Amino acid sequence: MFWTSWFLAALAIALAWPVPVFLSRAAWPARAPFAAMVLWQSIALAGGLSMIGAMLCWGLVPLGENLASGLHGLALILLGRDSLDTLGLIHAFALSAAALLSAHLVFTLWLTYYRIQRQRSRHRDLLNLLSSPSTDRPDTLVINHQAPVAYCLPGGSRSVTVLSEGLLELLSPEELHAVLLHEQTHLLQRHHLLLWAFAAWRSALPWLPTSKLAQQAVSSLIEIMADDVALRSVDKATLVTAIALVASGSAQLPADTLMADNASQIDTPTTTSARLSKLLAPAPALATGRQVLIIAGALMLLAIPTALLLVPGILA
Amino acid sequence: MATLGDLERAVMDLLWEHQEAITANILRDLLSQRTTDDNAESRPLAVTTVLTVLSRLEKKGLVERERASRPHRYRAVTSREEHTAELMLEVLGSAPDREAVLARFIGTVSPGEAQTLRTLLGRP
Repeated sequence: MFWTSWFLAALAIALAWPVPVFLSRAAWPARAPFAAMVLWQSIALAGGLSMIGAMLCWGLVPLGENLASGLHGLALILLGRDSLDTLGLIHAFALSAAALLSAHLVFTLWLTYYRIQRQRSRHRDLLNLLSSPSTDRPDTLVINHQAPVAYCLPGGSRSVTVLSEGLLELLSPEELHAVLLHEQTHLLQRHHLLLWAFAAWRSALPWLPTSKLAQQAVSSLIEIMADDVALRSVDKATLVTAIALVASGSAQLPADTLMADNASQIDTPTTTSARLSKLLAPAPALATGRQVLIIAGALMLLAIPTALLLVPGILA
Repeated sequence: MATLGDLERAVMDLLWEHQEAITANILRDLLSQRTTDDNAESRPLAVTTVLTVLSRLEKKGLVERERASRPHRYRAVTSREEHTAELMLEVLGSAPDREAVLARFIGTVSPGEAQTLRTLLGRP
């Protein structure tokens, strides 16, 4: 238990700082977005698991040889059949910290979900009043505004894609087709669930480098994945023109439309530049063998802390 | 006028057109006029339906009720333009927690980036 807790602590620190920093600087994720996405998820999950696991194991050291016997000892103390003195103050503190961190993570996940749902529902109410259904496309709404915007609002069977009149005027039918394919991929591949999980991860541990880097990486990876799907049906020049037209148009808005929002731009996403440079200077997709290797590595990363916690006797 | 959603839209359109607060009865008459213009076969609208729609809109924070006189009068909380601005702010804003609410085709673009793109596209 003692060595398990130290090993988990070392893993937690590695996954909180050096590993995400290296991964965020690497160039290969754009060439293997799916594998990179799996890796980021496993870094977040394994990181959280080893953080909680390290404190839990260290707290249980006086009570047993492994997690099961330690938890049994803890149950006896909580039931009042054993004295708290067998645990000691420092170990009791570590156990409380593990419990608090777990509760904090679950609560933040729930809170973020609730906040996102509330904002979506408000947005849907406003859309209902201010937009009209597209005449020729299902599940598509058109808002009467000159800024060229396209986005999708996820919500199960009520998911909609929203286009502005400005966008419809700006783009050719082919370019519009590329935009719609991109947006439908976001909905089909459930990208909003990834964004939710990583937004919660970030608001739970905002001071951790990993949570910020992971959220930025995931936002940019989903755009690359959606672009890749669109490129199966439209040619690259069309998609590049669509991105460039929409991007150059949306920054041209009158100041009163954006109101005071410029002040709140905490970190301007570099996603648009990253997408364009990926499309304009394409690097070949990573070899399948390497992608499989990365995914296997990601699964191993998740398996290590799980095994350390659950299988007795791996480390003393 | 098939769904509640359509009715909410029609009611808000009327409230946005009227500067002063109006009663559910007046709204019903105005709505009936519009439907007969559009479709002669539609059934007349009941005041209770209009009241249901109004209370839904009130719950959503879109309509406020003046209780000083009876029957109560209703008005839109803000103009259509302000609601559009709110909507667009949410779409174009760049706060990190908004990213999860809706997936945009293009994220926030800095003015410099936009200028470069316009130059590349050969547009002013």
